[in-house]
Amino acid sequence: MRRPSPSQQLAETGISPQLAPSNAPACGADFMVDVMKSLKLKYMFANTASAFRGMQESIVNYANNKDPEFITCLHEEAATAMAHGYAKAANEPVMVGCHGTVGLQHATMAIYNAWCDRAPVILVGGNTLDAPSRVYGNQWNHSAQDPAALVRDFTKWDDQPVSLQHFAESMVRAYRIAMTPPMEPVLIIADAQLQEMELRDRSGLHIPKLSPIAPPQGDSGAVLEAATLLANAEHPVIIVDRAARTPTGMARVVAFAEALNAPVVDVGGRMNFPNQHHLYQGGGRNLIDNADVIIGLEVQNLYGTITIDSDNVQHSERRRLKPGAKLISMGVADLYIRSNYQDFERYTPVDVAVTGDCETTLPALTEAIKSKIPAGRRETIAARADTLRRAHAQNFERTRTAIAEGWDAVPISTQRVAAELYEIIKNEDWAMVSAGYGGNRTLWNFDKHYQYIGMRGGGGVGYGMSAAVGAAMAHKPHGRFCVNFQPDGDMMFSPGAIWTAAHHHVPLLTIMHNNRAYHTEVMHIQKMCNRWNRGIDRAGIGCAIADPNIDYAMMARSMGMHGEGPINDPKNVLPALKRAVATVKRGEPALVDIVSQPR
Amino acid sequence: MRLCRVLLACAALACAQAADAAPSATKGKEVYQRAGCYECHNYQGQGGVGPRLAPKPLPFEALKSYVRNANGNMPPYVPAVLSEKDLADIYAYLQAIPPGPSPESIPAIKNLKK
Repeated sequence: MRRPSPSQQLAETGISPQLAPSNAPACGADFMVDVMKSLKLKYMFANTASAFRGMQESIVNYANNKDPEFITCLHEEAATAMAHGYAKAANEPVMVGCHGTVGLQHATMAIYNAWCDRAPVILVGGNTLDAPSRVYGNQWNHSAQDPAALVRDFTKWDDQPVSLQHFAESMVRAYRIAMTPPMEPVLIIADAQLQEMELRDRSGLHIPKLSPIAPPQGDSGAVLEAATLLANAEHPVIIVDRAARTPTGMARVVAFAEALNAPVVDVGGRMNFPNQHHLYQGGGRNLIDNADVIIGLEVQNLYGTITIDSDNVQHSERRRLKPGAKLISMGVADLYIRSNYQDFERYTPVDVAVTGDCETTLPALTEAIKSKIPAGRRETIAARADTLRRAHAQNFERTRTAIAEGWDAVPISTQRVAAELYEIIKNEDWAMVSAGYGGNRTLWNFDKHYQYIGMRGGGGVGYGMSAAVGAAMAHKPHGRFCVNFQPDGDMMFSPGAIWTAAHHHVPLLTIMHNNRAYHTEVMHIQKMCNRWNRGIDRAGIGCAIADPNIDYAMMARSMGMHGEGPINDPKNVLPALKRAVATVKRGEPALVDIVSQPR
Repeated sequence: MRLCRVLLACAALACAQAADAAPSATKGKEVYQRAGCYECHNYQGQGGVGPRLAPKPLPFEALKSYVRNANGNMPPYVPAVLSEKDLADIYAYLQAIPPGPSPESIPAIKNLKK
């Protein structure tokens, strides 16, 4: 019997056959998508790959490309960095799809960044384990016995399910493991045969329930010991890095600091503390020098924070802590640690180790402190606030007035760009989806948890634009205005993220920090030149990104994004920013290329 | 006549040497960039990763002492790499950098007040 043509079907039913989803899963990949839906995974960031063609077709047709939606990326490193940025902004994971071999190889640096940054990403790799079923040429190049071996040192868990039920249980387990602190990337290999098998009877399949995730809380004895030290401290100092994962977490850090009226030194791994709060002292590590009790909240490099070291002719280091000072650590780093990659930093002897999630443990610590403060000390503790309030105000004013120096400089000062942009967006519901720029982490008012997502994690270059796109996608449903300060060198590792932002209509303002070199590396080469007393004027060779100069605005326009620049005259910054902001407020991305000072 | 020519030549040489010896802000700007000072202190010495150097730089001897003996994250610059003349020229450049506009005259800065 001849099937009706698509036009006949449309005429009779009013439903285009291409758009009508199946009512029941027809293949293994459909069941896999059902598992993804059960976990409310909103996106799969991926560069299309034959190794997961079954899954992609199922997402597009069976799921009608929604929940999850397939986000087209031009490199797996970009896809992974987008998922990394998204996870930090939304506090929930999304998926990254890739070939189990070549795609995963591309993604590795970005996975490592997410690993070091303690960010949950669910990677789904395609693979064809059964050798005789590898049909076409490249399928052999794209298959491995153990694809996850490539990334096992910097993923928390991986599995290669051999049945659909196995896939369901492993995906749910993977989600749970990724989202239990310390949060980390996980990898599930979705075999091509499982994806593409016809599914006639799914009665034997079920999707297990995702059990509630309860982050580990610190030992009550350690909490009491820490509370006693802090309550009796004359000069306590709090150091924060990745202390707050959520708005609740940030409120708990504030309550904890206020219980002590202790200054907060911020290493900047996340949005931990409102920067205009009088206890916020930025990167003021000199406070550590005079402290008698210091507590680090999820500080990855606690050793480096309490040590002054110089990378100079003779490497030297000096511990900041004064004799007799007590050091407390709180965090989950010791709960899960791998050996090969050294992101665990140098061993730091502490007096009390509270091994537990900061957000979860802080309420108990705060209450313990309140109960431990002797009645006679309450006035002394209250009086600390005035001193810190004055210090905060002085630092703010000093930073504010200093940005006038170099205001009309060429190349353009980053401080001018940051100040002029803030003047335009300060009344918007804004979020910065990049590292800080031009002193803005002191001068802008960061008081909401979503306004800052931290940095790269592993220091891998090529994170910026992609992570910004991912984070902006998390902010999009909330109508937030997203800003990305984008280093030029970092952009060139993964410029295809520009296209993804344009294609998926991601409202995001990108300001190019176009300083035409890898300046950190120039300084490294300078140190070598100085060490051997030669060629100091040649330190830029191999580090400069000039001659020819890259036209980032043209690059953006070539991929369908609003692009302006390069801007060399500081007077042209404000009008360009206004035009770009207007574009972003209409729901589209924009890029402004500003030729700027090195820092 | 010959004596006059010799005297004139000597005077010209003395003038040239005196001109060479006087610190030059123009030369100093060139050395400042060639030596990579701008990497940390930015092009106008307004600071960045490193502290602000201008306007109103430290006294010359203090700046020179630090440059020669830096032991933090800044490498020391020995005379073989940065001569006494180079350092003097850099200092002349820093001294010549005028102060920026008043912060209160710039709306974007004025409106940043807490």
